[in-house]
Amino acid sequence: MNNSVTNTARLLGAGLRALLVLTLVTGVVYPLVITGIAQGLFHDKANGSEIRANGKVVGSSLIGQSYNLPLKKGQQTPDADLKWFQGRPANGLGTNSVNTQYKLILSGATNLSADSKVLIKQVQDAKAAVVKDNSAPGYTVKPSDVPADAVTSSGSGLDPAISPAYAELQVHRVAAKNGLPVSAVEKLVKDHTEGRTLGFMGEPRVNVLELNIALKDLVAKK
Amino acid sequence: MSPVLAGVLQLLALIGALALAYVPVGNYMAKVYDSRKHLRVEKWIYKAIGANPDTEMTWPAYLRGVLAFSAVSVLFLYLLQRLQGVLPGSMGFSSVNPAQSFNTAVSFVTNTNWQSYYGEQTMGHVVQTAGLAVQNFVSAAVGIAVAVALVRGFARSRTGELGNFWADLVRGTLRILVPGAAIAAIVLVACGAIQNFSGIHEVGQFMGGSQQWNGGAVASQEAIKELGTNGGGYFNANSAHPFENPTPFTNLFEIFLILVIPFSLTRTFGVMVGSVKQGYAILATMFTIWLGFVALMMWTEFAHHGPALQAAGAAMEGKETRFGVGASSIFAVSTTLTSTGAVDSFHSSFTGLGGGITMLGMMLGEIAPGGTGSGLYGMLIMAVIAVFIAGLMVGRTPEYLGKKIGGREMKLAACYILITPALVLVFTAASMALPTPPHSMLNSGAHGFSEVLYAFTSASNNNGSAFAGLNANTDWYNTMTGLAMLLGRFLPMVFVLALAGSLAEQKPVPVTAGTLRTEKPLFTGLLVGAILIITGLTYFPALALGPLAEGLAS
Repeated sequence: MNNSVTNTARLLGAGLRALLVLTLVTGVVYPLVITGIAQGLFHDKANGSEIRANGKVVGSSLIGQSYNLPLKKGQQTPDADLKWFQGRPANGLGTNSVNTQYKLILSGATNLSADSKVLIKQVQDAKAAVVKDNSAPGYTVKPSDVPADAVTSSGSGLDPAISPAYAELQVHRVAAKNGLPVSAVEKLVKDHTEGRTLGFMGEPRVNVLELNIALKDLVAKK
Repeated sequence: MSPVLAGVLQLLALIGALALAYVPVGNYMAKVYDSRKHLRVEKWIYKAIGANPDTEMTWPAYLRGVLAFSAVSVLFLYLLQRLQGVLPGSMGFSSVNPAQSFNTAVSFVTNTNWQSYYGEQTMGHVVQTAGLAVQNFVSAAVGIAVAVALVRGFARSRTGELGNFWADLVRGTLRILVPGAAIAAIVLVACGAIQNFSGIHEVGQFMGGSQQWNGGAVASQEAIKELGTNGGGYFNANSAHPFENPTPFTNLFEIFLILVIPFSLTRTFGVMVGSVKQGYAILATMFTIWLGFVALMMWTEFAHHGPALQAAGAAMEGKETRFGVGASSIFAVSTTLTSTGAVDSFHSSFTGLGGGITMLGMMLGEIAPGGTGSGLYGMLIMAVIAVFIAGLMVGRTPEYLGKKIGGREMKLAACYILITPALVLVFTAASMALPTPPHSMLNSGAHGFSEVLYAFTSASNNNGSAFAGLNANTDWYNTMTGLAMLLGRFLPMVFVLALAGSLAEQKPVPVTAGTLRTEKPLFTGLLVGAILIITGLTYFPALALGPLAEGLAS
């Protein structure tokens, strides 16, 4: 009995020492070396691919943002600022519920199921809004023209990109709101459309933040 | 190019990359575990542990090593979270509560990486890097070690000896996982994954004002999270978060990382038992199932049945624009047919049948190709059962790799395959029957039931993915999924190691004209059939109430 207790203690001691040594290797040396290399070779990317406009950091090219008007009195959700290209819905995003000294964005999806009544309503409402916002005199958007990414929330809620189809659908509205010729805005979208990597990886897309920065430049030059 | 064609091309590129890696990676791993030489740093580590790496262990001794190391790991990780509030480098994050700390500690030690917490608001630098990421390495190394011990059981005869656990653990970590993860982490950073210790800081926004970002050692953790089939994300959105998985290339690369060790281990197995053809037969079984699941998933996701998806026009809910439907389908299947559980898109919003495919993948026992190590030993157990069924058909004593599959071996194999279904079904039934656990469901109807079934399927099989609408941060789910993970990881290991010991003691049976040729396609067919039938019979009623009901209604 005594013997087996000693043996167990000895074994647990060996386990603890093994864990501490491996923690040193994989939990201290490994991340520090990788951080050193990353900061040395890929400084900008390792720090979040920050993107600047007029010398000021305005976000990351990888993280989607919202382009809304300030909240009006009594409003729960702000209205979209239709001057700018809009990204995807982000109904799964949250705010932090613990460690509330911070105001963190919690990445996430809605997790609503394909037969969820709530999701059906979200999609229908989003579609109606896209149709209404983007239809201008002489340019009618049909519900069937609205691409899926315009009415669904992404996995992260931080999707930086929209499909080229959704960007093109917004061209007339953006041009009208900013007093720009449609052709100029069309060209802007075309220049910011990224094809599949090597022609087959992923899907074609337009980075909304980069597009809006370019749009702002264009408006300023007008 | 149509999205379907692009999806197929991505699949082919992935298969090509895995095929190129198969022989070199498999051979290298065999060399690692067969080698008699110790690196200098390893000798130093063995001295620190106080273990002689050349001592051969019988199965009970090997098992004691596994259990002792894992028990200490759970305790260490638990305490790290409980003390987070006073640890420096934690960005002022408070300590994690006891139930969630227990759940998370068990989750990472068992290679499950189920997360009932939000990474970006709960875990500081120290817990993420020195706690969670460490277990990403060592839990994977433990899995491979147990698989290698079973392979040695087949390869050796007239001995009870299975190798040395400490040597296998240290070698797997130092010679396979650390170098692999280091290369992968640099590739990920080069593509935009973040790697810094800047903590929480303000970053300007386009519309004015600022947002708070949580910096961290993300790329280094992401690399081992995929390579070690762990799956616990730095951020809540896991590999859908652009800082974890920034581009379509990193997405394919991460799928490659998930699959490369589990698939290549069949080569390691072939080399170690002295017949690479036996490895090919196991590989063919895993590959057939994996490819079939990917094809089914792409079909159902591109078809996007389900009223909400029909209204939207494509199954893009919970999916990222840069990945699209095709690449997300490949990721979803690969993560649930291994023990990974990382996600680049959210399974709960897949089509009803698509969600069912992710669940069925886990229910197969995660053996196609399965987790690091656990996939191989799970598949070898199924091979033993398939051999036994074939033996019954022709009325001969079943043999596999020159070892007789007798009563003792069959009892151990049968116990192995009964554990996880028992855990899944009992815990799910209890959660449905009790008054409060169903309150955690987000969705109603069949999908609500699926959320609970998915949770316990994921926990018991050590996957870690979720139909994440379920609020799992309650005492019931934290405790019960914790138990499911513990029992689902270590009870099967007991039977695997006991089986290994029993096989290693046998003397080899000579091959005769009547021996079932387990390296032939006929056996692969038999094995695929056995896996599907056994799982089908076990889980069909539960699947019919959840994903099948949802999928067929739409």
